[in-house]
Amino acid sequence: MSIALLIEQLLNGLQLGVMLFLMAAGLTLIFGVMGLINLAHGSLYMVGAFACAAVAAATGSFWIGLVASLIASAAAGAITEIVVIRRLYDRDHLDQVLATFALILMFSEGMRWLFGSFPLYLDIPPLLQGAVPLPGVGQYQLYRLAIIGVGIVVAIGLYFLIARTRLGMRIRAGESDREMIGALGVDIRTLYTVVFALGAALAGLAGAMVGALQSVQVGMGEPVLILAFVVIVIGGIGSIKGALFGAILVGVVDTMGRFLLPKIFALVLPAAQAGLIGAALASMLIYIVMAFILAFRPSGLFAAQS
Amino acid sequence: MKKTIAAGIFGLTLATAGLANAEPVKIGVITTLSGGGAGLGTDMRDAFVLAMKQSGNKDVELVIEDDAQKPEIAVQIAEKMIQSDKVDLMTGIIWSNLAMAVVPNAVSQDIIYLSPNAGPSALAGAKCSPNYFNVAYQNDNFHEAMGQYANKDYKKTFILAPNYPAGKDSLTGFKRYYKGELAGEIYTQVGQTDYAAEIAQIRDSGADSVFFFLPGGMGIAFMKQYAQSGVNIPVMGPSFSFSQDILPAVGDAALGVKNSASWAKDLDNEANKAFVEAFQAEYNRLPSVYAAQSWDTANLILSAMAKASVKDKDAFRAALKAADFKSVRGDFSFNTNNHPIQNIYVREVIKEGDVLTNKIIGTAFEKHGDAYAEQCKM
Repeated sequence: MSIALLIEQLLNGLQLGVMLFLMAAGLTLIFGVMGLINLAHGSLYMVGAFACAAVAAATGSFWIGLVASLIASAAAGAITEIVVIRRLYDRDHLDQVLATFALILMFSEGMRWLFGSFPLYLDIPPLLQGAVPLPGVGQYQLYRLAIIGVGIVVAIGLYFLIARTRLGMRIRAGESDREMIGALGVDIRTLYTVVFALGAALAGLAGAMVGALQSVQVGMGEPVLILAFVVIVIGGIGSIKGALFGAILVGVVDTMGRFLLPKIFALVLPAAQAGLIGAALASMLIYIVMAFILAFRPSGLFAAQS
Repeated sequence: MKKTIAAGIFGLTLATAGLANAEPVKIGVITTLSGGGAGLGTDMRDAFVLAMKQSGNKDVELVIEDDAQKPEIAVQIAEKMIQSDKVDLMTGIIWSNLAMAVVPNAVSQDIIYLSPNAGPSALAGAKCSPNYFNVAYQNDNFHEAMGQYANKDYKKTFILAPNYPAGKDSLTGFKRYYKGELAGEIYTQVGQTDYAAEIAQIRDSGADSVFFFLPGGMGIAFMKQYAQSGVNIPVMGPSFSFSQDILPAVGDAALGVKNSASWAKDLDNEANKAFVEAFQAEYNRLPSVYAAQSWDTANLILSAMAKASVKDKDAFRAALKAADFKSVRGDFSFNTNNHPIQNIYVREVIKEGDVLTNKIIGTAFEKHGDAYAEQCKM
């Protein structure tokens, strides 16, 4: 095992983390501001990927597809908020889980109805094809570097949006006291729709970017959704900073676990068995880390003050 | 998570029994028609329905239901088909874990089950049954073929598969015939979509070839990421990641990849030509290996119906076992454990115009059975 391989795996972990951050940021924002558990967040990720694949296939341009995915997922988010989610703010979490679970089923079968049962094709744009040499690493896939770049830009953008703009101020105010900012004349209903659409657009962006790396198919959002929930629980629900740190922690731990655990077991066991046990433990690793963190910090690493 | 999505039942071409002595046969088809795996089930169903339609046989009634790729739903549907629909035969299941949940129970109630795809090792060996016919393959077969084929060109292969029973069967099957050294052996998570960590290890391992079994979306993700990684080691695998339903989503990344299967659309026999033509004319797409196996299953049933009444179970089982039908795979017969003895081919992904498809480039095994037949006592 070389240093180059180790650095490459760290980059892989970082890239997975950045992708999770795009999902988790929207999820945690929606939970923080509106107190809503949105299981259908993974469906918005799927909507983004399908929109990008369909538009890219029709126009031949990934970039137009990417714009379309942002528009489609934000629109899907806004419509869902107005039609369904709006009625759920005053209900308890169980009702929210049930309703948003129903949304998952509707989105999934809706996509299947629109695009058919077979997975869609979405390729990486020509500009980002192939691998580039990195000092100390050898070859590294250009597109993954681009995903890391986009993640960093989004993280900085969100920070400015929340800390420096009027919209961000309202979001923060909405988080602390919903009735009070309503009484001060802020249109809280529109604010919620905007926040929900923003979260949806981030999920759609993640879906479109990841869709080029894997298969665009019905149900692609749910595995990511589970990881995104782990991220926001680790990071502290409602905290964007927590989502960023949680996402990178989960990404790196998951990647390094998959890579290193079988190797560690191989020191004492035959290769085939070490592979099996290592893989089994690697798939549990992030949950073990989550349990460990919650044992010491029950409300996550960067809990928003309640 | 229980998906109770439009599980449609459509009885098909049920005409009033014309002939007095013709015994109508009711066939229960449980397959995956919703969710991520729906492409496979759709191909299975379409080929089956088309074969029945083409035969013009009026004595067949189909009960088709969607299992949503969930074992618990498949079990409920099977129970309903046996108890209230009173089906004579069952077929359709795509996935091994669903087959394991449904088949042992169904065959113990004297229902004849014909598998158009899954072939878990347990049902081929100790748990085999006279009521269970596998028309597709035993799970290890395609992987064994790739192991055999790899001996020709490769000395150091890196192998990977998901960490679940079919994944373990796969690597066991590959290693049963592969004589070279292993550069690495990795079990990935089921449903994993990011393979950067595994590809980095392949790059680092000094392997001269890669064998992988990653069905469905996992394989699409792996192939796309592999093609972008700058790793140029040749890839091979069973046909599941290179079948007609998946190739359009993988794209050009799949070009040139060697894969193993019992069937390809260019297999030279009359039955196959007629099948590919009919399927394309009806559905306007190329059939996959799942469609081919399902087509054979339907024709096997029709051949047995011509010989025996389904009410006389012994005679009907004997008629099935004779396998007296024109298989699109050429020579086809049943082993002692009711699993196929057939050729397994090596195919290469090519481009015909704009369409990615497979072409046969060699035969890995002739008249190949499976490793578990000896354990089957019936």
